[in-house]
Amino acid sequence: MTKDEVKQVVLDIIADIAPDEDLSVLKPEVRLRDQMQLDSMDFLDIVMELRKRHGIEVPEKDYPYLASLESCGDYLMPKFNALASKE
Amino acid sequence: MNSQSHYDAAIIGAGMSGLAAGIRLAHFGKRVCIFERHNAVGGLNGFYSLAGRKYDVGLHALTNFVKPGVKGTPLGKLLRQLRIDRDEFALSEQKQSRVAFGANGEVSLRFTNDFSVLEAEVANRFPSQIDGFRTLVGLVRTYDDLSLEAVPRSARETVREFIRDPLLEDMLFCPLMYYGSAQPGDMEFGQFVIMFKALFFEGFARPLDGVRVILRVLLEKYRQAGGERRMKCGVKKIVAKSDRVIALILDTGEEITADHVLSSIGSRETETLLKTTESEPSLVATPSETTDGRLSFVETIAILDRAPAQLGWADDTIVFFNDSLRFDYRRPAGQVDVHSGVICFPNNFDYPSGQTLPEGIFRVTCLANYAGWASLPEERYREDKAQWFAAMQESALRFLPEPSIRPLSTVTVTSDMFTPRTVAKFTGHAEGAIYGAPVKTKTGRTAYSNLYLCGTDQGFLGIVGAMLSGISMANYHILAKTV
Repeated sequence: MTKDEVKQVVLDIIADIAPDEDLSVLKPEVRLRDQMQLDSMDFLDIVMELRKRHGIEVPEKDYPYLASLESCGDYLMPKFNALASKE
Repeated sequence: MNSQSHYDAAIIGAGMSGLAAGIRLAHFGKRVCIFERHNAVGGLNGFYSLAGRKYDVGLHALTNFVKPGVKGTPLGKLLRQLRIDRDEFALSEQKQSRVAFGANGEVSLRFTNDFSVLEAEVANRFPSQIDGFRTLVGLVRTYDDLSLEAVPRSARETVREFIRDPLLEDMLFCPLMYYGSAQPGDMEFGQFVIMFKALFFEGFARPLDGVRVILRVLLEKYRQAGGERRMKCGVKKIVAKSDRVIALILDTGEEITADHVLSSIGSRETETLLKTTESEPSLVATPSETTDGRLSFVETIAILDRAPAQLGWADDTIVFFNDSLRFDYRRPAGQVDVHSGVICFPNNFDYPSGQTLPEGIFRVTCLANYAGWASLPEERYREDKAQWFAAMQESALRFLPEPSIRPLSTVTVTSDMFTPRTVAKFTGHAEGAIYGAPVKTKTGRTAYSNLYLCGTDQGFLGIVGAMLSGISMANYHILAKTV
């Protein structure tokens, strides 16, 4: 997967979790919490949806890596690719 | 298919909190089953039909209403967490509420879902208090009411730092207590903040068809997520070993096992299921209860042959009344206390054009004493209900414009009434206390590592509160642990 594809996966999850947010204006390098109403319950959901939909595990200590779309892309891309290489 | 006997999570009670917790757990792939003793869902906020009419058990209105687009509020939070579209709840806003104090309601504060109305009313009737009121409002806006570990402080004492007129103080506390508080006289300031926001900053709304609309949405979500539900299937016993719950015994005698158990039936009620003998000490790690007994209510429902508006009652949705200038919120010594209470006209919400309720409804709620009702023989129970029905209506009428037709009986088609005994019978909540135990278990933790509380006794009250409680406890104790 490319980093852009990974970022889209995250955006798709956020769209389901927070359908009332306008995602078209999101800046990838800015913290998600600074651009939208996302609290710890929402972040827990992002982590759980990643696992549910894609089998990706994010341990609690790694939650800070999900702060922005850009950092999500950087952190998750190797995880997605590791999964793909197992198939 | 109800063929399992082991679950990832077992939920006791299919009320608002149990259903919401179930949705969260099922959505994330947990095998979950909700066990409900009654043949109907909803618990303290259920619904029923009688002679072809639809009635709501607890609901006057949903609190915490905000308009679409308003973010970061409890309603928005729960819609997100449950993946529900707000349109599904089909909420219509209140027209207006009123707090009316004095022998004939001479002092009145109106409020609507627009906070500026209340602010203007306070400025107009209590000009010397408006600055203090605004400072209090500022504190409420910035206070962190979600912290599960906050140090408790008295709401009365805190409010008195800003409001020096006891009449205004009581008029502000009155609706917050009725909607609601499990504690007599005072409340924790964090709770005051939660209720102040829910009622005054946010507001009231209701689906035209009542609470069943909300429950049906929850049930459908739960079903779609793959959750199981067993109705007319209560839990008789919780079996524990060391610090873990190892099994649930159902009313049928069947044994169920689950990794996690979430109980929405109340702290004392859960404790009762854990006891192996009468003499066992308290096993659930909740603070001991006072001997004051619990707060409960009676409610009269009059079905009218015309809309309240046609009787001259077009303006008010809800009226919080008190016939003196000091408000005392506590369990009465007698069966019912008619000095204060809540009037609700379910017709008086801004329903979509052309949509109205089929008949007029006039509800009056007053504080009651469970002990005064619990053991009455059937005939005496009926007689007392009839007597108090009349007394409650008579008391409430002092706070409304004179109806265009009197007596009200000439326009009353039928009526229903519930007492603390009714609530206890159908929900199993001790003493019919709709707001549960006076001391809450905010963390939902018990003495058992895999048994948690949600709902009224965890502490979030009301319909929105109960759903958030189920969501929070499912997230905190079960989902977050398995991530």
